[in-house]
Amino acid sequence: MTVDEIKNGIVLDHITAGKGMQIYKLLGLDKLEYSVALIRNAPSCKMGKKDIIKIDADITLNTDIIGYIDPDITVNIIKDGKTVEKKTIDLPERLTNVITCKNPRCISVTEQELPQVFTLADKENRVYRCLYCEAKAK
Amino acid sequence: MRSLIDILELSTAELDKLLATADDIIENPQKYAHKCDGKKLATLFFEPSTRTRLSFEAAMYELGGNVLGFSEAQSSSAAKGESVADTAKTVSCYADIIAMRHPKEGAPLVASMNASIPVINAGDGGHNHPTQTLADLLTIHREKGHFDNLTVGLCGDLKFGRTVHSLIAALRRYDNVKFVFISPNELKIPDYVKDSLKKANIEYTETTDLEAVMPTLDILYMTRVQRERFFNEEEYLRLKDSYILTPEKLTTAKSDLSILHPLPRVNEISVAIDSDPRACYFKQVLYGKYMRMALILMLLEVE
Repeated sequence: MTVDEIKNGIVLDHITAGKGMQIYKLLGLDKLEYSVALIRNAPSCKMGKKDIIKIDADITLNTDIIGYIDPDITVNIIKDGKTVEKKTIDLPERLTNVITCKNPRCISVTEQELPQVFTLADKENRVYRCLYCEAKAK
Repeated sequence: MRSLIDILELSTAELDKLLATADDIIENPQKYAHKCDGKKLATLFFEPSTRTRLSFEAAMYELGGNVLGFSEAQSSSAAKGESVADTAKTVSCYADIIAMRHPKEGAPLVASMNASIPVINAGDGGHNHPTQTLADLLTIHREKGHFDNLTVGLCGDLKFGRTVHSLIAALRRYDNVKFVFISPNELKIPDYVKDSLKKANIEYTETTDLEAVMPTLDILYMTRVQRERFFNEEEYLRLKDSYILTPEKLTTAKSDLSILHPLPRVNEISVAIDSDPRACYFKQVLYGKYMRMALILMLLEVE
């Protein structure tokens, strides 16, 4: 399967197979006017198979979302058809309005316009907890 | 300006300072009788709690201050749908400090993010209750004189018991404190608490048998199996009598054991134990008032 090379834009590579659609949706790529390709289960020497997202536009992505969903992703910045930068994303220390608290007793469930904030509680085990009630992110 | 939402926001040095202030208030109450003249405490209690609210109010009156507020959500603007943030902003215009109890976890934090005056968390659902922990710590301090090298048994509802979680968090900072968790399997201490103890190499044991561990304990912290923490009435009725402390169960206990309970008690401590010198739970209530006085002084930066 081939997808056209992009001239100026972003390639999210090494996405764990199966997580591509989640990232596509959380980044709001479905709302973009530009060409976006989501390739699922592409063969990978390193990972066996992987997902890839190609965005044919130089836009700003919410790296917190990428880091939270899959910190092993490589972000490639493409300029004039060449990769000019390869970035890996660390687990973000804080997530705002990326995930929602599932604790029915949490104030964030009822308080108007309160941002959903999670903080990294355990880097090793990738555990995030709600800022308000400290419930574990699910 | 500073608030108190979680007991861990206080360093051990600050805790020591609060304990020293409380000791001084106990010794010299008249010295503190006018420290808060002209100051107002707003008690915003979105769920009923006679004990904590009265303790805060008594604390402020004994410092010479005044109190305003409400004792249930029905008599507040929350009944009209006002947000916690708006309530906090509004009350900041009337008072100098807020004590807030709210059934939603994290509500006092939201209040502190919006208020222009200090906010004290007076209990947020099953989450935190730092001033109860301050009362517990002053009780242990007055009874034992130290926090290190103690074996602390916590009994009853260890799953939903916020006072238990806060007390563990505060005591684990001292040297060689051992915890014994005594509960029915359904109300065991949450994994994240155990994980944090494991990581810090703090010794703990879990058991369902109170009598078996009784001889080892320096502190026995009893808790109530709370009806309001259950979604299911049947389960509450089945578990509420699981751990009742009776004089017979105390026969193997140390002579200098200190029995604590955040109160209110339902039937988990037999009334016959009240006259036992090891029963500290009513002293604990009094100490709670002194610690709230010390805390109000600290947050209002009154010397």
